[in-house]
Amino acid sequence: MKKNHIIDLKSITKEYDGQTVLDNISFYVRKNEFVTLLGPSGCGKTTTLRIIGGFEQPTEGKVIFEGEDITNLPPYKRQINTVFQKYALFPHMNVYDNIAFGLNIKKLPKDEIKKRVKEMLKLVNLAGFEDRSIQSLSGGQQQRVAIARALVNEPKVLLLDEPLGALDLKLRKEMQTELKNMQKRVGITFIYVTHDQEEALTMSDTIVVMDKGVIQQIGTPVDIYNEPKNAFVAKFIGESNIIDGIMREDFVVEFAGKVFDCIDKGFDKNEEIEVVVRPEDIIITEPEKGQLQGRITSVTFKGVHYEMLCNDGQFVWKIHSTIMKPVGAEVGLCVAPENIHVMKKAMKR
Amino acid sequence: MKMKIFSYPYMLWLAIFIVVPLILVLLYAVTVTEGGSITFTIENLRRFLDPNYIDVLWISIKLALETTVITLILGYPIGMIIAKEKPSRRNTMILLFVIPMWMNFLLRTYAWLTLLGKNGIINYFITLLGFEPMNLLYNDGAVLLGMVYNFLPFMVLPIYSVLAKIDYSLIEAAEDLGANKYQIFTKVTLPLSVPGIITGITMVFMPAVSTFVISRLLGGGQYMLIGNLIEQQFLWVGDWHFGSAISIIMMIFILIAMAITSKFDTQKEGSSGLW
Repeated sequence: MKKNHIIDLKSITKEYDGQTVLDNISFYVRKNEFVTLLGPSGCGKTTTLRIIGGFEQPTEGKVIFEGEDITNLPPYKRQINTVFQKYALFPHMNVYDNIAFGLNIKKLPKDEIKKRVKEMLKLVNLAGFEDRSIQSLSGGQQQRVAIARALVNEPKVLLLDEPLGALDLKLRKEMQTELKNMQKRVGITFIYVTHDQEEALTMSDTIVVMDKGVIQQIGTPVDIYNEPKNAFVAKFIGESNIIDGIMREDFVVEFAGKVFDCIDKGFDKNEEIEVVVRPEDIIITEPEKGQLQGRITSVTFKGVHYEMLCNDGQFVWKIHSTIMKPVGAEVGLCVAPENIHVMKKAMKR
Repeated sequence: MKMKIFSYPYMLWLAIFIVVPLILVLLYAVTVTEGGSITFTIENLRRFLDPNYIDVLWISIKLALETTVITLILGYPIGMIIAKEKPSRRNTMILLFVIPMWMNFLLRTYAWLTLLGKNGIINYFITLLGFEPMNLLYNDGAVLLGMVYNFLPFMVLPIYSVLAKIDYSLIEAAEDLGANKYQIFTKVTLPLSVPGIITGITMVFMPAVSTFVISRLLGGGQYMLIGNLIEQQFLWVGDWHFGSAISIIMMIFILIAMAITSKFDTQKEGSSGLW
């Protein structure tokens, strides 16, 4: 299809024993792109990845790789490598043999294998670890070996299935930056699966948000955060206030009993919609200056900011602010028009 | 550390039923009773160097090796097939393998007597087809068959349990890295199942070396294995000293064999072997 597409999923449906796990999934991945499949567990993101890797066959639909249909190609014939969730390193081999596995299968000359494994170990900061046994490595080190083992084959696409899930928070943050840098350096397309929205936002060029086997939204991290398409995406990516409202006309929306200016258009007149307001986009003012008035009902210190709940009589707003108002304080709330996100009402399925 | 007290009954058990008898066997092996007095000697051990006895030892080891190799060749694919089944069907298949073991070992061997006998079922069908009845019993083949039949589950079970425990993502990882089915087997599955193979070999070879019931029932009285020799010395000849000496020699051979097999078990961690 399009020139810079490396992978195209076309109407992929997957059923297990009559149960639909993936329902008509279509998206594409561009060359050198970092794409993240994001969603709660059981949303079908891992199944999607396994279909791209060739470990599962879709019930319906096609996987196109550089313009060629590879739907029925076994994994060992695909120019795709995978970093598995629990690394799946071979316990009977040392670090060197694990990384050299793919090259040995391809029967490359020994000195070339040696050279490439050495380079890879350097890339993942494990130089000198050749003879170490897998059991003697820490989780983070095993992680790097798994990445090196996949990258040494110079795949066109690298699949990563929650590769940082087993690491502690600090290490995970470090590895996130490192992975992103690695991807830029080697210039390989990464398809990354995670349920951690923060991870997805920091690392990705494009995020595919999935739920219940259906794609909810595809977009850049900024798009997905600022313009969630529906309540699921809004709730899943970051924290949010979601409130029912009515679209009076283009650029005018009514919710919480008040009329607000907004920047959304294209809805029917008086269409019932949902409004998303991020907690950090609500500004606390003097009661008389606010668009809404309410009383603070709870305050929690979160480190960088305070999280406050404010009851306006109809709705409890979640607010993130560095300025603390005590419980019981009467306050006004303001939201700028560009921070009011109007969404179509979620269809009840 | 106070829990240590709970291990005393087991220590006592080990001492009374294993350590003391072993010492007694060793004592018998290096002594002779002459006119009521006991004297130390290595005569019993030297007696074994007689070519006739060495021959018996050699035949026993050869038969045990043959049994081990055949059970391994048969047992590995069986273990693999069962391990690849769905968990629900696995249990049924394992049960089918284990059920015969609930029956007495002697009964099972007697069953072969009626199957292979002159008037047995197999010969009945052979005569039905118009051939002369064959001599199926009381030869090397019958003994080997009986051994393989009796010891096969001991090879299948450990191999199966190791294969079933192999993380499937390792197989997928190998496939992902370009390995075909044959390469996956030789480079991943087989090396990872070595501990099971070692355990299987140990569990078949050890009892196979010392068996005497199978060889007596299916091999007829003339078939002499080292187990039969020991039995003979204790029960018929009444020479406990020589019997003990042969037992000690056999134990040494088993120890050597096990030491050799354990050399191949390079994976110390997660091994289910006996060593």
